[in-house]
Amino acid sequence: MFKYDEGVLKAQLLELIRLAATDLPKDVVDSIKAAQQNEPPDSAAHNVFGMLLKNVELARNESIPICQDTGTNIYLVHIPEGISMRKLTALILESTSEAVDKSYLRPNAVDSITGKNSGNNIGEGQPFIHFEEWDNDFIEFNLMLKGGGCENVSTQYKLPDVGLDAGRDLDGVYKVIVDAVNEAQGLGCAPGILGIGIGGDRTSSHQTAKNQLFRKLPDTNSNPELAQLETKLLINLNKLGVGPMGFGGKTTVLGVKMGAMHRLPASFFVSVSYMCWAYRRHSMIVKAGGEVSYD
Amino acid sequence: MIKLQLPVSEQAIRELKIGDEIGISGLMVTARDAAHKYIHENWPDWLNPIMENGMIYHCGPVVKQHEDGSWSFVAAGPTTSIREEPYQAAIMEHYKVRAVIGKGGMGEKTLAGLAKSGGVYLHAIGGLAASLAKCVVKVHDVYMLEELGVPEAFWHIEVKDFPAVVTMDSHGGSLHKSIKAKSDEVAKKLIFG
Repeated sequence: MFKYDEGVLKAQLLELIRLAATDLPKDVVDSIKAAQQNEPPDSAAHNVFGMLLKNVELARNESIPICQDTGTNIYLVHIPEGISMRKLTALILESTSEAVDKSYLRPNAVDSITGKNSGNNIGEGQPFIHFEEWDNDFIEFNLMLKGGGCENVSTQYKLPDVGLDAGRDLDGVYKVIVDAVNEAQGLGCAPGILGIGIGGDRTSSHQTAKNQLFRKLPDTNSNPELAQLETKLLINLNKLGVGPMGFGGKTTVLGVKMGAMHRLPASFFVSVSYMCWAYRRHSMIVKAGGEVSYD
Repeated sequence: MIKLQLPVSEQAIRELKIGDEIGISGLMVTARDAAHKYIHENWPDWLNPIMENGMIYHCGPVVKQHEDGSWSFVAAGPTTSIREEPYQAAIMEHYKVRAVIGKGGMGEKTLAGLAKSGGVYLHAIGGLAASLAKCVVKVHDVYMLEELGVPEAFWHIEVKDFPAVVTMDSHGGSLHKSIKAKSDEVAKKLIFG
């Protein structure tokens, strides 16, 4: 039976939040550095990338949020059999409130009916926590912070889409994604990373799209057809010329990650979850006995 | 880099063109979604001295309150500006606001307003929150904190050498329009062949 000390785990969760808010993952930093190298030295795009990288370093060195919009806090938690989801949720909420006190997180939960900010980043559906049971004998917490600017340009299509000449196949999927990124321009803090969900229903399609964003940038899709489409999209979307912040440039997206679900015969949804360049995600593994590791 | 000290004259603002890099110093005020809605419904007089020949920063900061009750900005990059499109031109004209600072640019209504009342749109870099907070040297005051909450309150701040780029000017120029026109062409080819 897996056991943990509540006080220790709460402190470990707070550290996970601090990392997520202030420490941009290495694969993302590497990708931004490569994008900068690809731009002419005195161009606006090159300068913007330089400022982003400086900000990343400052945020890491001083434990300051990279972006003031510390976003929706999205947790994907894998648990061994017998662990109480209710108790883990309570610990996550306590750590969230403490992270606000420490200025790692902004109070970001607004009551949609009264307009009142809850003040501690906790509210209905915030943070968003999803649990899955697995066969391993340790807990894995994946945390992603997704800001409002990029969430606002995320979108969902249903195929066929007559206006875009997009039919019910992967070519149709390709077309609507080009449209989504063109419409987003710099509004979602380009260059973006796309999580794509194909199929499912309205909800599961978006969920699939978001889950893709837990993948690392250099990985390859296990489905060869999707792997090919991810590469094709990455190359062609960067021809749009939107560039960092929409100032123009050769890098409009840093990555495209796709996942597919079965669908109903009548439905064919394509969901685009647009993540900003401040692609904040970290994970933490807690073993029985309290041993912890962060990635 | 063009240095601007606030308050700034309409004439100085009308000289700016898209692409100009600006360093701003002086007093400005943050206002975002709930604040713009509130202004548009109430047109409060207390904002006159804060806004006149000044700038609005579209920003919802992460802040820290010190033991003596004073505040400082911890993280403070721009938020997406287009959500204020319904209100912006009217607010700028009413209070003689000379610039809004945000990200992503704004639409036709604001662009026309900039030409009419003498203003510019200044683009700050999104996600540059740690660096930009360092340019906020003092928090002078905060208004409506209780009603609007930390991200949406009016923060009256003093900045030094705050960096931004003119992406919409008072002559009808918009970098956002020209980039979109070009990417529309590319998108059309990618989609329809």
